[in-house]
Amino acid sequence: MPQYETVIGLEVHIELKTRSKIFCNSTTEFGGEPNTHVCPVCLGLPGVLPVVNKKVVEYAIRAALALNCEIAEFSKFDRKNYYYPDMPKNYQISQYDLPIAQHGCLEIDTENGPRKIGITRLHMEEDTGKLVHQGTITTTPFSLVDYNRAGVPLIEIVSEPDLRSPEEARQYIEKMRAIILYTGVSDCKMEEGSLRCDANISVRPMGMEGLGTKTEIKNLNSFKSLLKSLSYEVERQIETLEEGGRIIQETRTWDEAKGVTLSMRSKEQAHDYRYLPDPDLVPMEIDRNWVDDIRRSLPELPDERKERYVEEYGLPAYDAAILTNTKELADYFEVCVKAWPNPKAVSNWIMGDLTRLLNSSGQEITGCKIAPENLASLLRLIDKGTISGKIAKNVFEEMFTSGRDAESIVKEKGLLQISDESAIIAIVDEVLAKNPGPVDDFKAGKERALGFLVGQVMKASKGKANPEMVNKLLREKL
Amino acid sequence: MITKKDVDHVALLGRLELTGEENDMYTRQLNDILGHFQNLERLDTDHIQPTAHVLPLKNVFREDVVGRHISREEALANCPDRHENFFKVPRIV
Ligand SMILES: [Zn+2]
Repeated sequence: MPQYETVIGLEVHIELKTRSKIFCNSTTEFGGEPNTHVCPVCLGLPGVLPVVNKKVVEYAIRAALALNCEIAEFSKFDRKNYYYPDMPKNYQISQYDLPIAQHGCLEIDTENGPRKIGITRLHMEEDTGKLVHQGTITTTPFSLVDYNRAGVPLIEIVSEPDLRSPEEARQYIEKMRAIILYTGVSDCKMEEGSLRCDANISVRPMGMEGLGTKTEIKNLNSFKSLLKSLSYEVERQIETLEEGGRIIQETRTWDEAKGVTLSMRSKEQAHDYRYLPDPDLVPMEIDRNWVDDIRRSLPELPDERKERYVEEYGLPAYDAAILTNTKELADYFEVCVKAWPNPKAVSNWIMGDLTRLLNSSGQEITGCKIAPENLASLLRLIDKGTISGKIAKNVFEEMFTSGRDAESIVKEKGLLQISDESAIIAIVDEVLAKNPGPVDDFKAGKERALGFLVGQVMKASKGKANPEMVNKLLREKL
Repeated sequence: MITKKDVDHVALLGRLELTGEENDMYTRQLNDILGHFQNLERLDTDHIQPTAHVLPLKNVFREDVVGRHISREEALANCPDRHENFFKVPRIV
């Protein structure tokens, strides 16, 4: 059986976080009773005139610059015609031959090191309404339409067919999401549909130059379904070819419940969108000064920030990548390091205990009750030997639930580490007297017995004894 | 040259049902229109800028401000069929 290579290109739709829709002043607020966030423009009533929301163009440029795209000098909107009731006009306003941006790229980390993935284009368009089916899609005789989302601004970002595995596709989306979140133009919530993804996928015998016949998979609304559906489709295509079959160019949908991709055979397959320039919207000449202003207002992006963390803080690349994955986590880290300049210790606590507690309680870093300055003071207490590392974990959990600062918790609960030699000696003597067996073992050369004795002393001190001193004093006594 | 098959295809995309007579008529009319453009193609346009819009306008924007919505009853007033608060359409797919 020949080796096959997978070729994937992704189309990502991202909802922009503007207040009003792209061509009218209806709200973009999520939810809302059906058909209440609408006006004559987004309902496509006769005689209305759409006007472009300037913020949408600004956000599109902002995202495009963060993705290393070239911004067009001249751009326009076109009508994409199709007969489907998710749009009341029977066309969607999108961009065809003169998109706002082209020729970008982003970098992903693969097994074989970092790789640049090309971005073909980025364009603006309006979102569609939602179709609601009563009962199951096959039994209901009609569909219900809610136009609240119709006209919400989107950018569509089309990649080159540069991705070579489902895992690389996942990496690409995660990186894209991280970058866009940094720019602040979208909240990129896959589960709420503000980041959606379609995939073009084909396989070809290893070494072949051209591309195999591709299929398009729609309806990918989580990282998990992206990975699973692409893996399924790779296998399906290879199996089909191995059995002497051929791949049909078609759109397939991911069935999450069955774990398979299914063909969407319908007349809609006859893609013939008959794009034409929208005569209601006038062209845009993008002012270079405007583009420069937007470029200057971009924050430090994940890749640069990651590099800086390795150089400036001496962190391992792994830590740096995780900390800089979201702007909020990186900001938290930096405030903390400012107050307690021990980057690796701060990184360990953030990536370890803090992340664990955030995940288990389903919280975001922005809602975290532990202020970064408070985490810094906890670390200072550990470093000064005021509390033991073990006690610190309990204090940390208390801080996480109550939001109180470390010092007051330590004081109130009497958790100060015992570093007074005479106090520790008293406990050590008691433990030695109670455990003649392990004492003899240790004297007979069994090092492990010491660990047991240390544990007993720590237990007797309720975890408050300074472990280093316990170790030292035990050795001296023995 | 536009054929009857092309007209059938465009009619399908627009969800139009055409009689044979109508198809004949549209095929003829669309070919007339194409013929007119073939006439225009004879003009020398080497020194003319391509145009994306017929009006000499550009960069017409609005600010990102939420305005008035129409009421749901107004929104649904002209639709042929509704179910509760939704537009109701024949099942698609
Ligand atoms: Zn509207």
